[in-house]
Amino acid sequence: MATGDLALGQEQGAFTAQKRIVNDFSINVATVNGSGSQSANSVLLKSIFGMGVPVSGKNLFPSNIAGLPTWFVIRASKDGYVARKCGAEVLVALNPDTARQDTLDLPTGGVAIYEENLNLKQYRDDVIFFPVPFDKITAAICPEAKLRKLVKNMVYVGVVAQILSIDLGVVESGLRNQFAKKQKVFDLNFGAVKAGFDYAAEKFTQKAPFFIERMDKTAGKIIIDGNAACGMGALFAGVTVVAWYPITPSTSVVEATTDLLKKFRVMPDGKASFAVVQAEDELAAIGMVLGAGWAGARSMTATSGPGISLMAEFSGLGYYAEIPGVIFDVQRTGPSTGMPTRTQQSDLLSVAFLSHGDTKHVILLPGSVKECFEFGYAAFDLAERLQTPVFVLTDLDLGMNNWMSDEFEYPTTPLDRGKVLTAADLEKLGGFARYRDVDGDAIGWRTLPGTKHPKASYFTRGSGHNDAAGYTEKPDEYTALMDRLARKFENARKLVPGPVAFKDGTSKVGFLAYGTTDFALRESLDHIKKEHGLDADYMRIRAYPFAHEIHDFVASHDRIYVVEQDRDAQLASLLKLDLPADQVSKLRSVLHYNGLPIDARSITEEFATKEGL
Amino acid sequence: MATTTAPNATPGPKVNHIGLPILEYRGGKSTLCAGCGHNAISERIIDAMFEMGVEPERVMKMSGIGCSSKSPAYFMNRAHAFNAVHGRMAAVSTGAILANHTMTTIGVSGDGDTASIGMGGFVHMLRRNLPMIYIIENNGVYGLTKGQFSATADLGSKLKTGVINDLPAIDTCALAIQLGATFVGRSFSGDKKQLLSMLKAAISHKGTVMLDVISPCVTFNDHEGSTKSYKFMQENDEPINELGFVASFDDIEVDYDSGQVYEVEMHDGSSLRLRKLLEDYDPTDKANAVRTLMESHDNNEILTGVFYINTEKPTFIDLLNVVDEPLGTLPESVTRPPKSALDSLMASLRS
Repeated sequence: MATGDLALGQEQGAFTAQKRIVNDFSINVATVNGSGSQSANSVLLKSIFGMGVPVSGKNLFPSNIAGLPTWFVIRASKDGYVARKCGAEVLVALNPDTARQDTLDLPTGGVAIYEENLNLKQYRDDVIFFPVPFDKITAAICPEAKLRKLVKNMVYVGVVAQILSIDLGVVESGLRNQFAKKQKVFDLNFGAVKAGFDYAAEKFTQKAPFFIERMDKTAGKIIIDGNAACGMGALFAGVTVVAWYPITPSTSVVEATTDLLKKFRVMPDGKASFAVVQAEDELAAIGMVLGAGWAGARSMTATSGPGISLMAEFSGLGYYAEIPGVIFDVQRTGPSTGMPTRTQQSDLLSVAFLSHGDTKHVILLPGSVKECFEFGYAAFDLAERLQTPVFVLTDLDLGMNNWMSDEFEYPTTPLDRGKVLTAADLEKLGGFARYRDVDGDAIGWRTLPGTKHPKASYFTRGSGHNDAAGYTEKPDEYTALMDRLARKFENARKLVPGPVAFKDGTSKVGFLAYGTTDFALRESLDHIKKEHGLDADYMRIRAYPFAHEIHDFVASHDRIYVVEQDRDAQLASLLKLDLPADQVSKLRSVLHYNGLPIDARSITEEFATKEGL
Repeated sequence: MATTTAPNATPGPKVNHIGLPILEYRGGKSTLCAGCGHNAISERIIDAMFEMGVEPERVMKMSGIGCSSKSPAYFMNRAHAFNAVHGRMAAVSTGAILANHTMTTIGVSGDGDTASIGMGGFVHMLRRNLPMIYIIENNGVYGLTKGQFSATADLGSKLKTGVINDLPAIDTCALAIQLGATFVGRSFSGDKKQLLSMLKAAISHKGTVMLDVISPCVTFNDHEGSTKSYKFMQENDEPINELGFVASFDDIEVDYDSGQVYEVEMHDGSSLRLRKLLEDYDPTDKANAVRTLMESHDNNEILTGVFYINTEKPTFIDLLNVVDEPLGTLPESVTRPPKSALDSLMASLRS
């Protein structure tokens, strides 16, 4: 890989050319953006999955439509590790611009499969080379010249399958799944796979030391990306209004949601039980979400950092005027435009306090595609229960990459539409005060526009208001309302998804992390145990405000390492604001913020250095 | 009138055709300056809603931020209200209408709230023909921040401090016509008759109604040299048509000379009769409407009346083809697909 920071070779000492490496290596497909390699990469990934071997894929792509280098790294891991790993042992070199560096980055004993005229043999003599005349093979099986660019990608799937001993039948059924109902497309693509497979079988006498062998570790699992999973969550939350503005890497959340709504939510007469609006900007998108939430809809938007910045003012209105809405933030690398196609966890602090004044927000932090689905629908319940905007923070790594997962389960509880008074309720009560805490849970009752009762209306405003929703500048009325909002936020600790103690034993050392950091951290904990004999504890945070268990976890350890993917230790900072003063000094940070998904080795090394191991 | 009074009872207050007295349409006490044009507009909204017999709780009152945007508090207390953030009335209204398109939605914005900070949302609302009444209470200045020019201030008009405006005014009516609003008019807060008829017709319309109402600011823009003052409007107001509105429930026959009157059949069966004051003015001709407005700027005339109307164009709600019931209150049985839906999705992801 051309990106120098990938520090290839760090783990290369583990094997030599002669040793058989089974189900524990990475494949790096180096192509050019816009070459249409995405579906070939997906077929390759699903073929390994089809062999029953745990697998993950990372698309490292540029912010560009066509022409710049892109890498797709597939990791097969018999132990089930799905985080990014530094270094790939198998290279598929199809991009002349990066081929030299990609080859130099291979570990000793690695494998390079490449377009033969790139002549990569000149750069190394300690890797195994498999030159393939991709263009010639493609031309022979694909008479239509304009399709060749795409078909060529399938040829390398066949070559790789043969070299790594992937069962051709598994590739075939994966392809059949991908091109269901398109027999012609299937025939063309499988023809290309087979041509590549046959070429490799005939020409290459030397075997590569890397093997994919059948396992049974993917039975009952699915493969999906986090954005599609969020869309599914929204669908089963019964979302009715979606307002959005396109932005990488969140766009496919709304695209997935829209596809699902069209599939499952059009009535027999052709009318839609939903509305999706592509807004003029993120200001309008969040404005529409709040307008709809106010009028009773389950409304959502999806965005990323720059959009979050634009949504700041409205988020404060949602908090203060107590209006539900769900905002998916698929985090990318900031500040400013940053690196739009690279991942980070650097929106946490700005989202937690998004907007001016004393504003704070409920944030859900899914750590898997399954939680993207589950928190996707739970967010709507929480938003209506708490009458406030709820943010779901994922990131590009989780959102745009394919992940293995257990199947999603159908929600077991009905929708929680929160505290809403009907006309009959109003008739009985003789009226209501919108922001009065009548139940002691710091949440008032609201009415929806259209409630047919003379006492149903109230005046929603972002200016100072009292518990009857009347305008006020009176100090005591203002503080009473702000204090109630603080109590509501406090109560939310018990309503949001609690943390998961991956391990909470007797170690003096504990780890805290959230989101995609989890994959690398769990792998790192195995390193730490194996290499340093330290069996550290770990708790994964799943929401803000922080549940009390997180305080207890910190209290029961001497040192807490907070691992996160941003420069400024945002999660640690948020924890410091929340923890008792005597606990704060326990926190130390392991940070990763180069735009690539965090890897286990980096965590292990930084931890070892900080611990003096 | 729908109600009958017993012979011996003392006559109650006058009620409208749904049996409500005008009191039920009133709002809170205005905190705007005495003589502010906005207060007169609130009064006309009350009159129009009362006379049209709109059920108050079937109304959503929207606004942004500014003097104008405070006014929803001064009419129709029984209606649901949302005073949003500065310049974002269009976006919030869009969301609210998507959630419940069965409501009558009336928004009150200002010239700053619309033509400067809110321009982005405003023009896209126009494009969508969002079914709502969008009123700009236009006084050419920022009142709450004490008298800066807004983007609708006319070229050459003068602030109290003597500062001359050297930028051209944005004509929100010309803009609205060009971008897709389907009922566009201008009135003057001091013209009770014209404004009331315009508002009643607006209530009958389906689609975006954009009304630019010149509404003098007595504190910051009512002096000599202002083009948004009472005096200037009294001298320069040039109606292009005279409005006559006959509601669907009114049983009135009016004789008129069809050559002089342009009659529009409204969505709810009411009828809007526009007596031509400007020769042969056709309010369905978009290009002519924009040209007429552009020319009026050169002649220093403030044209008022209904400039453009189109009762055929589909609204945003039509385009989205949503169900007849409000989306916001659809039951779970409609909005959450069954388990079989999830099962089929999972099957497709097993690879």
